[in-house]
Amino acid sequence: MIIMSVPRFWRKQVARYNLVGTHCKKCDEYFYPPRNMCPACRREGEIEDYKFSGKGEVVTYTVIHTAAEGFENQTPYVLGIIKLEEGPSLTSQIISEPETVKIGMKVKPVFRKLGQDGEQGMIYYGTKFIPDKC
Amino acid sequence: MRDVAIIGIKNTSFGEQWDRSFRDLVVEAGVGAVDDAGVVGEKIDSMFVGNMSGGQFVEQEHIGALIADYSGLAKDIHVPSTRVEAACASGGLALRQGIYAVASGIDDIVIAAGAEKMTDVPSAKASSALAAAADREWEGIMGATFPGLYAMIAKMHMHKYGTTSEQLASVAVKNHHNGQHNPIAQYKTPITVESVLRSIMVADPLHIFDCSPITDGASAVVLAPADIAHEFTDTPIYVKATAQASDTIALHDRRDITTLDASVVAGRRAYEMAKMGPEDIQLVEVHDCFTIAEICAIEDLGFAKKGEGGIMTQNEETAIGGKIPVNTSGGLKSCGHPVGATGVKQAIEIVEQLRGEAGKRQVDGAEIGMTHNVGGSGATAVVHIFSRNR
Repeated sequence: MIIMSVPRFWRKQVARYNLVGTHCKKCDEYFYPPRNMCPACRREGEIEDYKFSGKGEVVTYTVIHTAAEGFENQTPYVLGIIKLEEGPSLTSQIISEPETVKIGMKVKPVFRKLGQDGEQGMIYYGTKFIPDKC
Repeated sequence: MRDVAIIGIKNTSFGEQWDRSFRDLVVEAGVGAVDDAGVVGEKIDSMFVGNMSGGQFVEQEHIGALIADYSGLAKDIHVPSTRVEAACASGGLALRQGIYAVASGIDDIVIAAGAEKMTDVPSAKASSALAAAADREWEGIMGATFPGLYAMIAKMHMHKYGTTSEQLASVAVKNHHNGQHNPIAQYKTPITVESVLRSIMVADPLHIFDCSPITDGASAVVLAPADIAHEFTDTPIYVKATAQASDTIALHDRRDITTLDASVVAGRRAYEMAKMGPEDIQLVEVHDCFTIAEICAIEDLGFAKKGEGGIMTQNEETAIGGKIPVNTSGGLKSCGHPVGATGVKQAIEIVEQLRGEAGKRQVDGAEIGMTHNVGGSGATAVVHIFSRNR
């Protein structure tokens, strides 16, 4: 099972590793995952790259017991929607004991392995989240 | 714009059908619908086929031509055939394209079909193919599954409105109860709330019995201008509204996680087109790919107040004989969910009900019904309203 082809993963590597999304200077909206066209301003928008702090809170979550293909050895894992403090929401895993995760919980980002294509294949890294205690 | 009627219908049986191929299923549905309408191949002006992922399920693209060919509509009479794709809303959208073709005056007799052959691949591969209806680059890559996305909707619904696992289960129980009387249904076995809650957890809070199955099946209807519909049948069923709406592909970008805005807007557009409101609808087939999806659907379409879909289901107000019967066919949960076929199958259930041919599932005196077909976690919604009266 190939999780994602090398070029397809590689071209968004900076966004995935460092939480770099975009910002529209015209309407001051932030986007993660990055968008190259502002959905509100469309052609009038002025898009620039923006590195998010990654601080945010859990909007909703689930504990996945039947894994997606390629994620079988990670079960059970917590998948959540995280709302970043700048506004946008994203989907990621929350690394914590399932029973400790709560809606509204504060989280912060960590650099983690997402998966691997078999014994010899590519290793995928990206951003997951952990509870932000302070 | 011309009024459009459904003059012929046919579902194959739904289920795991190892002995039958993709093309076998579609041909059976198409020929059956044409037979039901009493038309001949030479009269067919065009066909539209809903299919989500022939490429991943049977490694076959170019579905439109394949189906025209094996239906005997390609070689000599060269009927135009178009595949339509919007994930699990492909069938509803194929029907909508067929209605466009007839309403526009360009075509008279049109076949709208849907088909999916999902068990030619292992179930893990099928799940992976279905996950392509979400955002592969920003949801799938993080380990999201389809049950996982709907589980996040359910978790939020429970948090915000106090919806319970028992209420979710009551959707599955009701749909299995209805499905036992549907001859085409994949599962004709009644279940209990306890058996749902005892079944294995797939993505908390959704158990396996909260999820629709993987299914092989095909469905087809024949459309005609309302003005000539009586030449073919004594009981044409009229299309009062066809509506569609889009929303963000990823769940995390939605305005509200517990509302499918695409359903709300498609519903509103349909009510406007039909000059009706939720109070006029006597039965509805909604997209219950998961139990929580039915709860959101009846809220989003205006049959329940936001947050009250669970309690309404638990109180049996959506059962046959209740205030608004929902998923008399058994829904996706019990009847099965061959993704490309589902939207067309929903229309067939309404036609059978409005014709008065639904047997033990019959809603007494049904004259107006609705269908609601969703793609992905809510990025596409297609709503139709049908009536026995023009």
